[in-house]
Amino acid sequence: MIPPPAFLFLAVLLFGLGVLAFFVKKDLLTQFMAVEIMLNAGNLAFLSLAKAFGRAEGQALVLFVITVAAAEAVVGLAIIVVVFRQRRSLRTDELKDLKG
Amino acid sequence: MAWAVFIVLSVLCVGAVAAMIVSRNQAHNALFLVLAFASLGGLFGLLDAPFAAAVQVLVYAGAIMVLFLFAIMMFNLRRPAPREKKTLRAALAAGLGTVLFVELVLAARKALAGSVPTGAPGGIEGLGRLLFTDYLYAFEITSLLILAALVGALALAGKKEDA
Repeated sequence: MIPPPAFLFLAVLLFGLGVLAFFVKKDLLTQFMAVEIMLNAGNLAFLSLAKAFGRAEGQALVLFVITVAAAEAVVGLAIIVVVFRQRRSLRTDELKDLKG
Repeated sequence: MAWAVFIVLSVLCVGAVAAMIVSRNQAHNALFLVLAFASLGGLFGLLDAPFAAAVQVLVYAGAIMVLFLFAIMMFNLRRPAPREKKTLRAALAAGLGTVLFVELVLAARKALAGSVPTGAPGGIEGLGRLLFTDYLYAFEITSLLILAALVGALALAGKKEDA
């Protein structure tokens, strides 16, 4: 029987790694993957708290998070495809047309 | 036994994410992410959430990552990303990540303070009952959200190249 705090610690660690990956990488697609890691860390935290408190609400929320993440991935990838068609590049340091 | 499974799965998961940070190949990154999500599915199973585990493997490691791989194939970047320079940015990112990590650990400790260790959080029946009673509106709105995402993705990326 593993105590839920161990899972919660892992979730926090994954979230930190996701933030690190998001800021270290300069490629739009990999940064998008880093966002998915953070969403998954959130899911793990929800489930470990559901376990710690013995309630099913956390599990229901995880299903919603996964659905929203799927919708977000679809729209995000569509936007990335459009950006790539126009610029032929996914490097975030080359996409600076909005710079004032 | 459970501890062994937990340790193997968490090392796999964290290792895959760390490998993703180090690797510069997008396709490898996506495959590392599949590994991370699959091992997270196993961890969900350890947390008495079999349905979330199944959905995690099917939707995340299956559908979403296949979508990513299709996108990578479409971009067809011949050259791998150039080596990231060890800039101030990376140092700042590491600092921010560490601060956030410490902060979240403190918050998590506080969140767990009031927890009462009870039994399992209920099986799939409880989850289904909850989804179709308390969370009925959210559940129905989710289907609208998926439809909107579908239409939005088609409107954004479904155009012809020369349009």
